[in-house]
Amino acid sequence: MVVNCQLKRVYVNEKWCLGCHLCEYYCAFASTGEKDMARALKDIRINPRIRVEERNGISFAVSCRHCTEPLCVKGCITGALSKSGGIITVDRNRCIGCYTCILSCPYGAVSPSEDGAIQKCELCIKTHEGTPRCVSGCPNGAIVFEERGE
Amino acid sequence: MGVQYIYPEYEIVRNQERCIVCRVCERQCANEAHEYLKDSNKMVSDDAKCVNCHRCVALCPTRALKIVKSPHTFKENSNWSGKAINEIYKQAESGGVLLSSMGNPENYPVYFDKILLNASQVTNPSIDPLREPMETRVFLGAKPEKIERDEKGRLIRNLPPQIQLSMPIMFSAMSYGSISYNAHESLARAAAELGILYNTGEGGLHEDFYKYGKHTIVQVASGRFGVHKAYLNSGAAIEIKMGQGAKPGIGGHLPGEKIGRDISRTRMIPEGTDAISPAPHHDIYSIEDLRQLVYSLKEATNYEKPVIVKIAAVHNVAAIASGIARSGADMIAIDGFRGGTGAAPTRIRDHVGLPIELALASVDKRLRDEGIRNRVSIIVGGSIRSSADVVKAVALGADAVYIGTAALIALGCHLCRSCHTGKCNWGIATQREDLVKRLNPNIGYKRLVNLLTAWQHEIKEMMGGMGINSIEALKGNRLMLRGVGLNEKELEILGIKHAGE
Repeated sequence: MVVNCQLKRVYVNEKWCLGCHLCEYYCAFASTGEKDMARALKDIRINPRIRVEERNGISFAVSCRHCTEPLCVKGCITGALSKSGGIITVDRNRCIGCYTCILSCPYGAVSPSEDGAIQKCELCIKTHEGTPRCVSGCPNGAIVFEERGE
Repeated sequence: MGVQYIYPEYEIVRNQERCIVCRVCERQCANEAHEYLKDSNKMVSDDAKCVNCHRCVALCPTRALKIVKSPHTFKENSNWSGKAINEIYKQAESGGVLLSSMGNPENYPVYFDKILLNASQVTNPSIDPLREPMETRVFLGAKPEKIERDEKGRLIRNLPPQIQLSMPIMFSAMSYGSISYNAHESLARAAAELGILYNTGEGGLHEDFYKYGKHTIVQVASGRFGVHKAYLNSGAAIEIKMGQGAKPGIGGHLPGEKIGRDISRTRMIPEGTDAISPAPHHDIYSIEDLRQLVYSLKEATNYEKPVIVKIAAVHNVAAIASGIARSGADMIAIDGFRGGTGAAPTRIRDHVGLPIELALASVDKRLRDEGIRNRVSIIVGGSIRSSADVVKAVALGADAVYIGTAALIALGCHLCRSCHTGKCNWGIATQREDLVKRLNPNIGYKRLVNLLTAWQHEIKEMMGGMGINSIEALKGNRLMLRGVGLNEKELEILGIKHAGE
């Protein structure tokens, strides 16, 4: 599976982003492991790994770019962040919450999770196979999952 | 607020158990029907603002929303319906003409639903379209009276200009202005991929879309907006719009606020001015005048483009069609009274015109009786809802059909009939930038291609069932049709037998 999708990335086209924020909710839902979104997210303030940035009528979603030379991985002092098969993942057991990665990510794509360890987009590989939920949940094709080369 | 005569027609029902307050409903409603209450962290809705377009319902990720018809009622009255009473309230308040959008929704007979198709059993074999070749390609245009040969016996090429379609379906005229740029792009790209044609409507052709010219019908209507030599020559055919099924006898009016920079350029009128299409063409008061315009357009395009004359189906449609066939036009497009519109006076839309089935049957018969059926192809529109309607229309004598409403529904239209407000939540009938971008043509064109690919296959299956392997053999083949629940007169006009006969 990893071999198949290692070159596929989440790309965003702001031309079609409606700023509806559904990607954030599908992202938050994906990490709960629940079957029903209402049950999973009812009365919860979500903390998604993809965020819609908007100003002056322009909006687009931002999530991890899985950089070729990832500054977050370089800066990680415990080796909790690593890149394999083209995807940058976090080992939550090794993360000590120093947030060096958050400071060094040029895209602002890394954020603290509720329990102190950091969280970031891992292309949904830990929750389910196939297309990441933000992509399949986007109503206007503004977020795509495709191979474009580095 | 004083007295509120009109109670909201729909109620927005929110299942608070399922609402996760993601606010997508609030962000997506151009009518501002939903609101977020910060203090209680709850969503609330205002029924009075809802037009029942289902945008919020379709995007709600937890299916917490539905729209229901309000059970609020007047005292029962078979004569004075709630609708009739509310319309009087509206007019007593506004003093204005009632406006409506999309096709006539009233309870008139739908003849397509009272016609059944034949199928082969035992004595003639049916055909499986997955195993055997099946032809849905059609050529539209005037056909020569006879085959002519020169003294050496070689064929003289006397075929007037034709258009070729991979199936007998085209997208009907919807102007850039009445629908959005992205809707136009979706139609144009789908037409190109499918090998059919779309129609510019009377708003001219945006410069970005000239590249789809081979798949474009360019329209010339009474306002003559955006008509110039390059425009006429860019398309595969030219359509003169005399009338529209939704509003026979009425012109058009695109309000100034919709005439932005792009539309002003395309229509060749100043920004912000109302685009008014007169009811008649001021230079056409007879068939002879029409002939003059037909030939002017042919002259301007070097006799290379077929000319279509589009009329609304009205009471003496057969005689009018006969005149058009003699005017030099290559095709007649007839638009039935169920045809859609971006805006029309309600009384006109709901009370003027004819069902397309009857108009088509009588025009086809009249032209055959007069021996001039070969001079024109017949295109019909005005609520073709499915491939079955296409097959029935072809068997009644149509060479091809126009679909407008069906195409818009494929693009997301939910028939809320609020186009005239300009706030289409699906990005179709609007020019507001934030709404237009909701229709991504990359998705839209694919949905149109899917729809017609499915229809084409269904058409082949129905033809195959009847033992027919070419759409040409179905054309005017009324023996394949039977009526159910129709009276003698209706059967006579449709030229079909009753079921069981």
